[in-house]
Amino acid sequence: MKVLVMVKATERSESGDLGSPEEFEAMDQYTAKLVEAGIVLAGDGLQPSAKGKRVAFDVDGTTWVRDGPFAETKELIAGFSVWEVASMEEAVEWVRRSPLRGGEVEIRKVLDAEDFSDFHAEASPSGLDAPAEPGSTR
Amino acid sequence: MVLATHEAIDAVWRIESARLVARLVRIVHDVGLAEDLAQDALVAALEQWPRSGVPARPGAWLMTVARRRGVDALRRAATLGGKLELLGRDVSPDLTPMEDLELDLHVDDDVLRLMFTACHPVLSVDARVALTLKVVAGLSTEEIARAFLVQGTTMAARITRAKKALADAQVPFQVPVGDELADRLASVLEVVYLVFNEGYTATAGTRLARVELCQEATRLGRMLAALVPDESETHALVALMEIQASRLRTRSRPDGTIITLDQQDRSRWDRLLITHGLSALDRAERTVRSPGPYLVQAQIAACHARAARVADTDWARIAELYADLVAITRSPIVELNRAVAVSMADGPAAGLAVTDTLLDVAVLRGYHLLPSVRADLLSKLGRPADARAEFERAAGLTANEVERSHLLARARST
Repeated sequence: MKVLVMVKATERSESGDLGSPEEFEAMDQYTAKLVEAGIVLAGDGLQPSAKGKRVAFDVDGTTWVRDGPFAETKELIAGFSVWEVASMEEAVEWVRRSPLRGGEVEIRKVLDAEDFSDFHAEASPSGLDAPAEPGSTR
Repeated sequence: MVLATHEAIDAVWRIESARLVARLVRIVHDVGLAEDLAQDALVAALEQWPRSGVPARPGAWLMTVARRRGVDALRRAATLGGKLELLGRDVSPDLTPMEDLELDLHVDDDVLRLMFTACHPVLSVDARVALTLKVVAGLSTEEIARAFLVQGTTMAARITRAKKALADAQVPFQVPVGDELADRLASVLEVVYLVFNEGYTATAGTRLARVELCQEATRLGRMLAALVPDESETHALVALMEIQASRLRTRSRPDGTIITLDQQDRSRWDRLLITHGLSALDRAERTVRSPGPYLVQAQIAACHARAARVADTDWARIAELYADLVAITRSPIVELNRAVAVSMADGPAAGLAVTDTLLDVAVLRGYHLLPSVRADLLSKLGRPADARAEFERAAGLTANEVERSHLLARARST
């Protein structure tokens, strides 16, 4: 399953403070571990909400564009990643290993497997999607 | 303190077990014993954590318990068989329980050694698959048995035999170097891809277990790519698996029948997996010395992934890539795939001409897809009688009921 991991903003992140070199280094090492564990699909940090926009929709479809910064710092996001993990608990365990000090991380499951239709062997009359003889590729 | 449910303990296990087992093998020089000790530590965690909570450093906790059990076991063995000196020599000095595991630079190398050992050629391919899922992926014997549709006891016996075979052969716990590396790496990649295909092309089993098996294989592939970043084929295999997995949710109907590539709803392909897969392919192409089978297969998969509409598919390029793959694998089945690609690029007559060269190949004699492909091409060429005969021949060769009735229906309507 995929999860979206959101690092909540803090006053510090909203001020544009990217952290000390030591914090950067610790985060790099942590990220390297996640990559080595084979779970990372995407991820990045975000600029402060001061540089963000919000687009609001009226019920009739009229749109309203607002410039940041936005209030309620704790509801904002400072960074995100997408992981492929076996369970929500695994995601929690990985987040617990993060070098973050202060702040909060929210984990949300991405809708997916439940939408899958049951799948079976691909007879592959075209032969083109099927892997070519898995056993013989040496 | 974190509430330690069984799910939370499973999650810790999944994260820590490969490194734990790998570290223990380094100490006790036996994969079987190391795995038993790690399991003992897991049992201790299952007993204690629900009351005490997950410790702050769960990996270090498990390691400490496993080592303690190891010393106990070796003491007992020593009293019985006088082997303490032999085994204790390696164990005792290493027993400082508070040692910081997470700063140990050798741990990742040890995980890599573990992968190579579990996929060692002294083991049968089935045994390699089972042992890799057990000791590297950290799955339980029951989970592996379910995935491969065998009894738990059968799988347990298979794993036990594999551990014993490794011990008997005194397989060294190391990453091969030089010329041996390429061969041994191919063996590891083969195991990973077998796991993936078990999930991707399986004929039975529950849907969810199948998807999970694909994800397990992809995860192993990504681990390997991170540990052996200079080997093109590791990145290529990751790319191949990710691009194929991006289509999992679009490749079958609710009743289980397969939707072929040209009929799939491409807007529902998993873009994130495609993006990740294409960047893995890019790394594979940058590190390549001579193209391997996974690289070419990943390139073919990428051609499809890049085509937003079926009509955009670069069939000429795909036909070329199949020619490359034939040159590497020497497989007539790949040549049949090439025939299909050629027919898409240059028309049905050109494709049919390729299949003509396959008619006398012994291994294809009972293979229903050869007449099935030919039937399709003959029908496009306006030769209904010939097409009908080939459809009927194909129907007679397949054991799959759904496929047979599909082929007979086409024979009737041609």
